[in-house]
Amino acid sequence: MTGLLEAANLVRRFGGLAAVGGVSVALRRGCLHAVIGPNGAGKSTLVNLLSGELPPTSGTIRIGGEDATGWPNWRFARAGIGRSFQRTNVLRDMTAMENVRLAAQIRGTRARHLFRFAGSEAGLRRAAAALERVGLGGHASRDAAILSHGQLRQLEIAMVLATDPTVLLLDEPLAGMGAEEAERIATLLRALATDHAVLLIEHDMDVVFAVADTLTVMVDGLVLDEGTPAHIRGSARVRDAYLGHAA
Amino acid sequence: MLIAGRAGHLALAALALALACMPLFASPYYIGFASSALVAALFALSLQLLVGGGGMVSLGHAAFFGVGAYAVWWLTSASPTAIVATLAAAAFAGGIAALGVGALALRTKGFFFLMTTLAFGQMLFFVFHDTKLGGGADGVFITRPDFGMFGLVWDIPRRQRPAVLLWLNLGMLVAMYAGIAVLFRTLFGRALLGIRANEHRMRALGMPTHWYKLAAFTLAGALAGIAGHQWAMTEAFVSPELLGWHRSALALLAIVLGGAGWLHGPIIGALAFAALGEAAGLVTERQHLVEGAVILLVVLAFPRGLGALRR
Repeated sequence: MTGLLEAANLVRRFGGLAAVGGVSVALRRGCLHAVIGPNGAGKSTLVNLLSGELPPTSGTIRIGGEDATGWPNWRFARAGIGRSFQRTNVLRDMTAMENVRLAAQIRGTRARHLFRFAGSEAGLRRAAAALERVGLGGHASRDAAILSHGQLRQLEIAMVLATDPTVLLLDEPLAGMGAEEAERIATLLRALATDHAVLLIEHDMDVVFAVADTLTVMVDGLVLDEGTPAHIRGSARVRDAYLGHAA
Repeated sequence: MLIAGRAGHLALAALALALACMPLFASPYYIGFASSALVAALFALSLQLLVGGGGMVSLGHAAFFGVGAYAVWWLTSASPTAIVATLAAAAFAGGIAALGVGALALRTKGFFFLMTTLAFGQMLFFVFHDTKLGGGADGVFITRPDFGMFGLVWDIPRRQRPAVLLWLNLGMLVAMYAGIAVLFRTLFGRALLGIRANEHRMRALGMPTHWYKLAAFTLAGALAGIAGHQWAMTEAFVSPELLGWHRSALALLAIVLGGAGWLHGPIIGALAFAALGEAAGLVTERQHLVEGAVILLVVLAFPRGLGALRR
C-alpha cells in the first residue's frame, strides 16, 4: 500500500551542515509514526521538509502518489498535509473560535466564495467540531490571548484539524504541558491516528512509546533505527546512542 | 482592525450630518475647505485597507491617487465627459497601476516593502514630473466632468458648486467606508486580517497569501484612484505633486492620528489634521511647527488614536 505522504532520500543542507542527510519515510492512514532523537537530530527540519516549509536540497516528496517536491507550503496544506508548530502560532487577538474558523475557511474556499459573509459558511460547523474534538468546546468564545499554555497547544491542533487534513505533522504537541493536559492530548493523538496519517515529534518518551505504532530514531540527520516500539526498546544501537543518555 | 459598533456609527453619522449641513451656515471658503479635507479622508481610508487590513505599510500609495486624478484630465481634456466615465476610469487606472507595482513590491515585507513602495511611487512621480504625459511639471487645470449620465447633464450654477462638491465627497466617503466595512465581514476580509496577524501561519494553513495581498493592494489602489478623482473634481487642477511620497506619509499620519486599529481612524485623523492645519494657520505663520507639536502631544495623550473606541 502506498503512503499518503512519502519521502525518499530527503537531504537538507544548511551551508556545510546536513541537517537531514538522506531520510525516507512513508506515512499511512491509521498509523502513528513517531520520530525521536536528541536535540539537533534534524527532527524539526524533517517536518519542515515534509510540510513544504523548506525545499529539500535533494530527494523527493510525494503526496498521494503525486510529486510535490518544490511546492510552496500552502499547496502542501491544500493537498491535505496539516502541521502544527513547535512554538504556538495562533492569532492572539481573535477568539479561539475565530482562529479555528479562519483555518476551516481557508481550505476548500473557492475564489467565488471569498466574498460571502464569514459567519454563514459551512466552515463554522467544521470549526466547532475541531474545537470539540481537542476538548476546547467550552472555550470557543474566549480570546486566544487569555488561554493557558496547554489550551493554546490544543487550539493549535484544532486549527490544523479544521483544515480537514489527511496527514498530520505534529511538532512537539505536548511541549510544556502539565501531566493531566498531556494525558488528554495523548488520548487525542491515538484517536486522530485512526482516521489520519500522523507523524509525531515528541520528547516525552512515556507518551511516545504508549501511542506510537512505528518509531524512527534520528541522530545527526540520519535514521539510526526504525521499527515498532518493542523493536526500538530492544535495539542496542538506539540504547547506546540515545536512550542510554536519557535514562 | 476593528469596526465601530452601534454607538460609534451613530457618532460618525452625526459627524457626517454636521458636515452635510455646512452649506446652511458656513462660508464658501469653509465649505471648500471641508471638501478638501474629505478628499484627504478618502485617500487615508483607502490606505487603511492596506495598513489596518493586511498589515502592508506603503509609502507609494499617493501614486495611485495621482494616477486617478490624472485619469480625469486625460478624459476631459479631449471632450466633455460624464462623471460616471471619469470615476470608472480613475478607479481602473489606480487599480492597474497598483496591480503592476504590487506584483513586484509584494515580494518584499515590512521595512523593505516600505522602501520598495516608496521607490515605485517616486518612479511614477518622475514619470509625470519629467515627461509630457501629465502636461508638465507645473500641473494643469482641468475641466470638471459633467454631472450626469446617458446624455442628461445637470448644470450646476457656480454658486451651488461648493455645496454639491461637499456632498459628493461626503457621499463617496460614506460609500467607501461602508464598502470596506462589508468587505471585512467576508471571507476575503477575514483572511486579510489573518495575514496581518500572522502571515506565516496563514500560509501553513493552506492560504496562498501572496494573491490575497495582491488583490487587496490592487483594490486599495483603485480606491485611491477614486480619491484622486474626487481631488480632481474638487480642485479642478492636477499636478505631479499629487503622486509624491509626502502625500502617502500624510495619509499614514492621519491613520496614526485617528487610530490605526479602527476602520474609521483615518477619517477622524484626516479631518482632525486638516482642522489643525487651518487653526494653526490662523494663529501663526509657523503653521507646521504648531502642527508638529500638537500631533506629538496628541499621539502621547492618545496612543491608540483620536478615534479609538472602547472595545
